[in-house]
Amino acid sequence: MKVEQISVFLENKAGRLAEVTRVLGEGGINIRALSLADTTDFGILRLIVDQYDKARELLKQKGFTVGKTEVVAVEVPDRPGGLGLVLQILAQAGINVEYMYAFVQHSGMNAVIIFRFDNLDDAITILQKEGIHIYKGEEVYRL
Amino acid sequence: MIRDIENETMPREDLRALQLQRLQAIVERVYHLVPFYRRRLDEAGVKPEDIRTLDDLKRLPFTTKQDIRDNYPFGLFAAPMDQIVRLHASSGTTGKPTPVAYTQRDLDTWAELMARTIACAGAHRGDIVHIGYGYGLFTGGLGFHYGAERLGAAVIPVSGGQTRRQVMLIQDFCPTVLCCTPSFALYLAEVAQEMGVNFKDTKLRVGIFGAEPWSEAMRQEIENRLALDALDIYGLSEIIGPGVAVECIEAKKGLHLFEDHFLPEIINPQTLEPVAPGETGELVITPLTKEAFPLLRYRTRDVTSLDYAPCTCGRTIARMQRIRGRSDDMLIIRGVNVFPSQIESVLVETPGVAPHYQLIVDREGQLDTLEVLVEVDEGMFSDEVKKMEALAKNIQRQIKDYFTVSVKVKLVEPRTIPRSEGKAQRVIDKRKI
Repeated sequence: MKVEQISVFLENKAGRLAEVTRVLGEGGINIRALSLADTTDFGILRLIVDQYDKARELLKQKGFTVGKTEVVAVEVPDRPGGLGLVLQILAQAGINVEYMYAFVQHSGMNAVIIFRFDNLDDAITILQKEGIHIYKGEEVYRL
Repeated sequence: MIRDIENETMPREDLRALQLQRLQAIVERVYHLVPFYRRRLDEAGVKPEDIRTLDDLKRLPFTTKQDIRDNYPFGLFAAPMDQIVRLHASSGTTGKPTPVAYTQRDLDTWAELMARTIACAGAHRGDIVHIGYGYGLFTGGLGFHYGAERLGAAVIPVSGGQTRRQVMLIQDFCPTVLCCTPSFALYLAEVAQEMGVNFKDTKLRVGIFGAEPWSEAMRQEIENRLALDALDIYGLSEIIGPGVAVECIEAKKGLHLFEDHFLPEIINPQTLEPVAPGETGELVITPLTKEAFPLLRYRTRDVTSLDYAPCTCGRTIARMQRIRGRSDDMLIIRGVNVFPSQIESVLVETPGVAPHYQLIVDREGQLDTLEVLVEVDEGMFSDEVKKMEALAKNIQRQIKDYFTVSVKVKLVEPRTIPRSEGKAQRVIDKRKI
């Protein structure tokens, strides 16, 4: 039920993001979703890719600091109030969202949102109990 | 292991007598053979026969790096060229190098001192010594080379650079002793990790690291990552090269300074007066047996202290503390003395922080600023911004607690800070004063 996310430490310097995408592109790796958190001095790039191990290896070889985080991919109805419903369920259960970002592609009529929680397992249990669909890792990499 | 029982464990009184006799001879030598010293001694009103006790050392003039530069290239040599068999030079960071010379007897002395040094690290005939110090004008490579051969060990003269190849040789040739700069040792560890090589699987037992100041915290890091005992060595080309002082494998508590050849003093760099016994100050050395390039009271600019208590290993010669910094590249940040090595200790003691750092000193208006660049490695990386910011803040607070100076901490990508294959450039001073 969990999805492997690659994170990359980037300095706020021209060309660093381009370098990451170049390395992945040349390695034949497709980026499925991404988000960039930025501060004055540095940024943290978070990526979901179709080949996790290969991407990680290529980036490490190029000297990037690479981390691994487990996240959850949640199916959210693509209509007003769709995301609100999911967040409400989490709020009532007292689960904190560390960060979230949207998937590039749709899955049928629905949007896919990537969540990082402080307590991943509890979040999964609660969302599933409320009938919210959570994607398996392999599904997400192939979307 | 003690190679020269007589000279390394001599009763202090006998050692002082030997030092006096040799000091008298060296003053006599420079007075008659080096016009610069004759002039200096005459100005100071001191004749060689005035040196009657070791206390008379105080009457002799100091020699500085500038004095050597002023007599470039060979003005301070005390032997004619037909007696000189080797020249070396220290890497002049600015302008001309500083040349030094050796007679055959000087080379013998040096090889013997380096053999003592390597023995002090517990090495012996049968060991394989990997020498990653640069060969050439720099004294590091050849100094270790001749010492290890004198000891009867097998030498791998790798020199600096070609890091991946060095890792391969460490795997395949199975050296037991590693000699290089401490920053290069850590760089080797990094490259080995990339290559999937674990130092625990090599035969390396002990490392002799020097040519740049390092810290106790860095020792822990090197010992953990390279799985060996890491010992500090001290020397400088003006004095002889490596082989002036080294830690013993038994105690690792201060560097044994070979006092039968080098007479040490610790002075206050401002007043030039000796400090109280055991206090920290600038190390001044008078080589006692050099023929080609003798110096009187050479100001090393290295900051340390001396301990004359005998060591548990049995040696009676003085032990110097590991170098705490340079009296000339000590940074003064808003009136506070900061040695880069102290910042390094703070960093390594902060959990999760790798010791790859660079200090950038600048001045905004009238105010000095110190920026500390710290490389982010996998151990300290988190994909959450708040954790990364907390890490930077934590480093900032640790430094502030230690120095009472506010610094800016900037997290940078790995390999941002130039990895010298020799000495790491730790400080960039942009102040124009």
